[in-house]
Amino acid sequence: MGRLEAALRDLRLADTLAARDTPVSRLDPRAKVLVTAAFLVAVASFNRYALSALAPFALYPLWLAVAGRVPAGWLARKLAIAAPFAAMVAIANPILDTAPMLRLADVTVSAGWVSFASILARVGLTIAAALAVAAGTGMHALAAALAALGVPRIFTGQLLFLWRYAFVLGGEASRMQAARTLRGGRGSPALAVYGPLAGHLLLRAFERGERIHRAMRARGYDGEIRTLRELRWQVRDTVFVLGWCAYFALARFVDLPLALGRAITGAP
Amino acid sequence: MHMADALLSPAVGGTLWVATGATLAWCARRVKARADDRIVPLMGVLGAFVFAAQMINFAIPGTGSSGHLGGGLLLAILLGPHAAFLVLASVLTVQALFFADGGLLALGANLFNLGVFPCFVAYPLVYRLVAGDKPSDGRLAFAAVLAAVLGLQMGALGVVVETVGSGLTSLAFATFAALMLPIHLGIGLVEGAATAALVIFLRRARPDLVDRSLPAPVKSRAVAGLAIAAALVAGVLSWFASPHPDGLEWSIARATGTEEIKPPEGGLHARLAAIQEKLSVLPDYDLPAEGTAKKEGETAWPEVSGGRRFAGLVGGLVTLLVVAAAGWLLGRRRPVA
Amino acid sequence: MSHHRLEADGIRYDYPDGTPALRGATFRAGHGESLALVGANGAGKSTLLLVLAGLVAPSAGVATVGDLPVTPATMEHVRRTVGFVFQDADDQLFMPTVLEDVAFGPLNLGLAPEEAKSRALQALQSVGAEPLASRAPYRLSGGEKRLAAIAGVLAMGPDILLLDEPSAGLDPRARRRLIELLRAFDHTRLIATHDLDLVLDCCARVLVMHEGTIVADGEPRAIFADAALLDRCHLEPPLSFSA
Repeated sequence: MGRLEAALRDLRLADTLAARDTPVSRLDPRAKVLVTAAFLVAVASFNRYALSALAPFALYPLWLAVAGRVPAGWLARKLAIAAPFAAMVAIANPILDTAPMLRLADVTVSAGWVSFASILARVGLTIAAALAVAAGTGMHALAAALAALGVPRIFTGQLLFLWRYAFVLGGEASRMQAARTLRGGRGSPALAVYGPLAGHLLLRAFERGERIHRAMRARGYDGEIRTLRELRWQVRDTVFVLGWCAYFALARFVDLPLALGRAITGAP
Repeated sequence: MHMADALLSPAVGGTLWVATGATLAWCARRVKARADDRIVPLMGVLGAFVFAAQMINFAIPGTGSSGHLGGGLLLAILLGPHAAFLVLASVLTVQALFFADGGLLALGANLFNLGVFPCFVAYPLVYRLVAGDKPSDGRLAFAAVLAAVLGLQMGALGVVVETVGSGLTSLAFATFAALMLPIHLGIGLVEGAATAALVIFLRRARPDLVDRSLPAPVKSRAVAGLAIAAALVAGVLSWFASPHPDGLEWSIARATGTEEIKPPEGGLHARLAAIQEKLSVLPDYDLPAEGTAKKEGETAWPEVSGGRRFAGLVGGLVTLLVVAAAGWLLGRRRPVA
Repeated sequence: MSHHRLEADGIRYDYPDGTPALRGATFRAGHGESLALVGANGAGKSTLLLVLAGLVAPSAGVATVGDLPVTPATMEHVRRTVGFVFQDADDQLFMPTVLEDVAFGPLNLGLAPEEAKSRALQALQSVGAEPLASRAPYRLSGGEKRLAAIAGVLAMGPDILLLDEPSAGLDPRARRRLIELLRAFDHTRLIATHDLDLVLDCCARVLVMHEGTIVADGEPRAIFADAALLDRCHLEPPLSFSA
């Protein structure tokens, strides 16, 4: 399946996931935005050699994925695609930073490997959290949350329009590619073919934009984007925000795994 | 070139979020002030176009590999820089949220690298100046390639600065830059070629969509040239900055036998020095060695100190942006109806 | 009832490159009449509709809607009075869900969100599309999209409806539903269409367009029996005539 079809399929899936009724989707999207932001900042604020201390943070994306009924396979696949890029940069660490840091039995682990592992752990945590919260919320609710949090309407409106027409234009692009393949085009087109191919798509995008504009004017559009969606903050949203933020604060400043390890091994 | 959260510190990520957030708000106001309600649906469909077009590869002649359009420069050409920035922000947001292409903490940084440089530097200071009014196909293509290359170089440099500045990587600035910049040179060429192909095609079919009059951003070519030169000088040439003490300091050392003249105790000097200590993020031009086990006593040539380059580039980029902003403000007219 | 009046007087329109699209189109309609606008592609049907809706300014001539001429000054009145159903429903359904889209018009008219929502639900009910309310437009079938688009227009409470190729791309059942809906409306209706059988089912009057003007205006059966006229305008008799 081409990249375009795969991307469209992913968008469709995200839309479907968000439309379901789960404990995650019932939360006010503003609460989810706030907690996820706190999560990302907390994780990123650790120093480069933090590893075990990151472990408690896995609870948040895990809970999101489970409570939001996000398919584990989908999440794993996306992680597998996104991780290599960060890993490529991170691999420099074990190469350049060779000072010894840990001794595990007879093996000496250099600082570089620790920071490498830390980066991989962060990749897992941050990407899983972002994907899980997006899939459990949907573009529609997220745009509403952003607008309610003060983001300019012209931008949140743009997010909705983009979402809406990504499917339409993506479909057109897909069909144009298929038409080209059916006429013998193999692999990626040369620039001389790409120009008119993508160019026609661009032209049609413009013309569609003009027609949409007419349709909007016909129904009284005057420049203001007004929506129906009313967000209602409830007690459970407050509990959600306070609870998770307290947990993040605790896990950030108290090395829980270390405490646990000490308790178990009896080490000082 | 999308950065992941895993390599970013909250300080760097947060700073860039604030910067791009402010830019977004500013752009939103500018676009609304244009009072052209056609822009809203147009932004939507062009955003969808860029999103789709990023999935369509074309063959790069002579290499056997393929590339795709990024879209920043194209959007700036078709919509003007402010609307283009909003559209890019929306595309990057969708990519970060639903495709894990770029982190959320890093979204500000990514938007800065992929949005601010093409829209507010490459487009007004390179493309508009080189292409001029109603350029020929060849001139347009040349302007597009040049703008794309420079814009992407700046973006790539941004990635390096932000990553190294976050302190999670052991990569030295020079090494990372040496990897990123040449790669993005090629990507820039591809971007410029694709952008040119599309603009030329569109212009033939619907000239009214492309040749619209936008306020000229910078009046003087000299100012722009100077700004670009400043950044280049700061970044590239400082690579070769001597590890030996600064010229002035060297002379002082020879003359007095000490590295730096010690200022008299107390008095204005001391107070100023104290203030400078506090204000200067990078005392003595070097990044504090935080947690990196460094090898002792090596000064390779060219200077491998990341800190100097960092400072030089930051200075250069800030200069560039200040100049661009000043030029923009000076050259700005009332929004055209 | 003068607010159902729909008139065109010598409308001329030229494209930006100079090609004439309308060369003096004239007709009068009102009182909840149901008219069809037929003609070959390029005859000017869509353009005429756009001029009547105030979405495109003519180079000459006057369009009248309700009691007022269509001018920039009367645009608000035109928006409230005329409902336009576009050819491509995807151009019209631009909100994330059907309900939000149908509510777009009422919100722009100044209604509070609660009111707009109930208006939207009412409109969806009237076309039998209430189950579609929370669906995303891109997942709908052609017929469902059409119904949603019509609901979106009805929610504004227009007196006059302009429809551009409403039955294009619909499967037989969706088409039948559309025809029943159109027959049930009280509004003055102008339907641009190639579907001559729909015209026979829905419309009491036909305007035939050819090269930018209205060359015939009369009762459908009579018009469609005029072979010479149809031939000149590059049209053919309805399929049901050959039965």
